[in-house]
Amino acid sequence: MSGEDVKETPSKTKAGSRQECFYAVFEEEIHCVIVDNQLFKPGERIAIGASGGKDSTVLAYALSELNRRHNYGLDLFLLSVDEGITGYRDDSLETVKRNEVQYGLPLKVVSYKDLYGWTMDEIVKMIGLKNNCTFCGVFRRQALDRGAALLKVDKLVTGHNADDIAETVLLNILRGDIARLGRCTSITTGEDGPIPRCKPFKYTYEKEIVIYPFRCNTHLIAGIYSPNAYRGFAREFIKDLERIRPRAILDIIKSGENFRIATSTKMPEQGICERCGYISSQKWCKACVLLEGLNRGLPKLGIGRTRGVNGHKEVEQTNGTKNIQSKPCGTLDF
Amino acid sequence: MQLTLEFGGGLELLCQSVKIHNVDVDQAGEEKLTMRHLLSWVRTNLIKERPEMFMKGDTVRPGVLVLVNDCDWELSGQLDTTLDDKDVVVFISTLHGG
Repeated sequence: MSGEDVKETPSKTKAGSRQECFYAVFEEEIHCVIVDNQLFKPGERIAIGASGGKDSTVLAYALSELNRRHNYGLDLFLLSVDEGITGYRDDSLETVKRNEVQYGLPLKVVSYKDLYGWTMDEIVKMIGLKNNCTFCGVFRRQALDRGAALLKVDKLVTGHNADDIAETVLLNILRGDIARLGRCTSITTGEDGPIPRCKPFKYTYEKEIVIYPFRCNTHLIAGIYSPNAYRGFAREFIKDLERIRPRAILDIIKSGENFRIATSTKMPEQGICERCGYISSQKWCKACVLLEGLNRGLPKLGIGRTRGVNGHKEVEQTNGTKNIQSKPCGTLDF
Repeated sequence: MQLTLEFGGGLELLCQSVKIHNVDVDQAGEEKLTMRHLLSWVRTNLIKERPEMFMKGDTVRPGVLVLVNDCDWELSGQLDTTLDDKDVVVFISTLHGG
């Protein structure tokens, strides 16, 4: 758009044509990201991580639409995780079920209770309102992978948007988490693992995603257990930057991509969790450490600095990972 | 002046969980009602708690999206956007989980 177009007399009457234009541009931008980054191959089975929130709902809609329009030849599925939070998933699972019907995508729901033996409500009862986001996040990550394995899909896509990624870049800098900083900006991750993940909304502003559902009539739901999550501060900072200069969001992602880590830096090596076989840089993966804490009645185990199970890692390293002097990436938490 | 105001993305919680408000805003002698005026009116008359979740300084908090007749207010002049009778103004917070 040229400078003159932008300065055109402000008008409220052109909203109609602008809307149609916005939808078309939004969808074609996602298409370009998919093509340019070769995210998919024809015939692949793709699971869409569906929370019932705005990002994943828009992703499900946009992907099914683009798959049809541009003949990607993809077999799409919706994959949802039920954390067992009273009232939280009632609405969002309804949304996902509605998406299943609207977009004609098969749905698979995996629950924390099935996977871990604990619902989030039970966990909150045990540890209180603080820190439970740690459990929810760690458990959710594995739940999606396990669900994806059940569906026998080739890839998992998530609705992470540009704001999310910029925020993650900042958080990883604040935490000094070099290993995550290195990979958090990749559009596709885990290509060497069983199920790679990708983020088609990597360059899509959250703002666009919020406006877009006016087309697919979605309502938005916030996490009820996380009104004061640490993430909130970084998020607000991102929004403050966006107000001053919207491109700041994409610039932060670009900076993240361009970070070069000194070759002399010791990086945590990824191994396999001894207990469950999930990818882990430690003897036990984070989920297993947290679960052990819950099951032994010591829920603080695994929150904050490394102690307990993984604290013995210097003594017995049996899964082949090297001894790491720097902060291990799997145990830093907020 | 008759306006329809809609609050979403959690902002409705600040005005007694009511999403859609049909309101009559006093123009206070001004020739044209502006968004600047409307915001202070909303803050005084509709927001019942935590106004800092809605406003920062004299404008909305960063991360709150404003649509005037389905059009982003950044295209119509933000605080200087003038309003007409029966206009629809939507406020959506994006500061929440995905």
